[in-house]
Amino acid sequence: MINLQPYGNPMYFVYLLVGLLPLMIGLYFGKRFVVYQTIISAIFLLLIFGGSKWQQGLALIGYIVYQFIVVGGYAVYKRRANQTWVFVCTVILSIIPLVIVKITPAIQVGRQSLIGFLGISYLTFKSVQMVMEMRDGTIKKFDPIMFARFLLFFPTISSGPIDRYRRFQHDYIQIPDRKHYLQMLDKAVHYIFLGFLYKFILSYLFGTMMLPKIAHIAIMHREAFFHTGISLALVGYMYTYSMYLFFDFAGYSLFAVAASYLMGIETPMNFNQPFKAHNIKDFWNRWHMTLSFWFRDFIFMRLTFFIMKHRLIKNRKRIPQVAYLANFLIMGFWHGVTWYYIVYGLFHAGAIIINDYWLGFKKKHRQLPHNRLTEGIAIFITFNVVCFSFLIFSGFLNTLWFSAR
Amino acid sequence: MDTKQTVVDILKDLTGSDVSGNLDENLFDSGMIDSMATVELLLELQERFGIDVPVSEFDRSEWDTPNKIIAKVESMK
Repeated sequence: MINLQPYGNPMYFVYLLVGLLPLMIGLYFGKRFVVYQTIISAIFLLLIFGGSKWQQGLALIGYIVYQFIVVGGYAVYKRRANQTWVFVCTVILSIIPLVIVKITPAIQVGRQSLIGFLGISYLTFKSVQMVMEMRDGTIKKFDPIMFARFLLFFPTISSGPIDRYRRFQHDYIQIPDRKHYLQMLDKAVHYIFLGFLYKFILSYLFGTMMLPKIAHIAIMHREAFFHTGISLALVGYMYTYSMYLFFDFAGYSLFAVAASYLMGIETPMNFNQPFKAHNIKDFWNRWHMTLSFWFRDFIFMRLTFFIMKHRLIKNRKRIPQVAYLANFLIMGFWHGVTWYYIVYGLFHAGAIIINDYWLGFKKKHRQLPHNRLTEGIAIFITFNVVCFSFLIFSGFLNTLWFSAR
Repeated sequence: MDTKQTVVDILKDLTGSDVSGNLDENLFDSGMIDSMATVELLLELQERFGIDVPVSEFDRSEWDTPNKIIAKVESMK
């Protein structure tokens, strides 16, 4: 059987368009062909997880059954009681499969866990938010079929963007009126072509053509600058990798959003011109937005709320600092259990804490100049701080410093 | 006590500036409020009005101006 990775090549878009056409016609006439959508979704999922990836397919099925028991079980419990320890245990149970998948390669070098599959972390974000919102009472009813649709929504299953259940449910039930749907189609076409430019041209240029060459030169200079390997080529690697990372992921995200729009679901955007950010806080409101907003809403805000409500930390300035550290450390571990992902998380926590001090200083000294020049400087500094963090993230320093010579 | 006045007072404590002159200003876009200040706002509202606003209930687009916050509080009291 064939295997087809999402948005992997231009042909995929032909299959996608053909497959979705009946659904699109239905939506144009104000109807969602639920049965057809279910069948076509199953086919596309089978293409991702079938063929040579059948083991992942089995892992996915097992995972879905497991999350149904955990999330559905919590929904049943929540009708009768609302104890904190049950909530905490449910969240832990919901995260455990992902934890196993992330820790396995760190313990047994190079081995991948058998229960892992492409997109497990994105499904975990979706499951955990269900539990948290049921705890808060903002999701009152557990609808197993809608939950399955939400988890298995194929345009975003492999790498997001991470949607929210209530938003998704609303779009699924409430079919956009014709004028609005046509606007969505218009945007979808635009996003697909922009995605082509990002993913198949720019990401290819930076990632496939330039990066290996620069990496090779940088490794040849690994003894440079007192054996640290700091060389012009390394700086070049930093910028090239940053460009590759952005265009690759932003390109993919545009495809995923466009495919969702065709299906009448307004999946949120993932990027908003991140390199224009004028400070780190601003950067996280523009970069991988659905992830950073998930972390903001389900980790940062909940943690600060908990700390303040129980007065665990007296000093008001320390509270967000502790929360930032926890937030970005968890984000680092989520990327993978390696020193460079964890340092990447700590680096961003440090950067955002320093940023907060600066914003506080600016608030106190309102006479500080603010003009286009200072803005330009701010964007320049932010851009370089971010690119340096991506150099850490890339893992290239690990190769440069620790791989066999 | 007047809801509007109380909300304006809370926001003044949080942001250090008086918002009563511009009740439709977007507090997030202008950088006056961040996630941390949001949590403080929710806790203050809980304390002063006795309304319970869980974090999941907080959709930024529904709370981003002083007027919207006042309306939300009125609807939840």
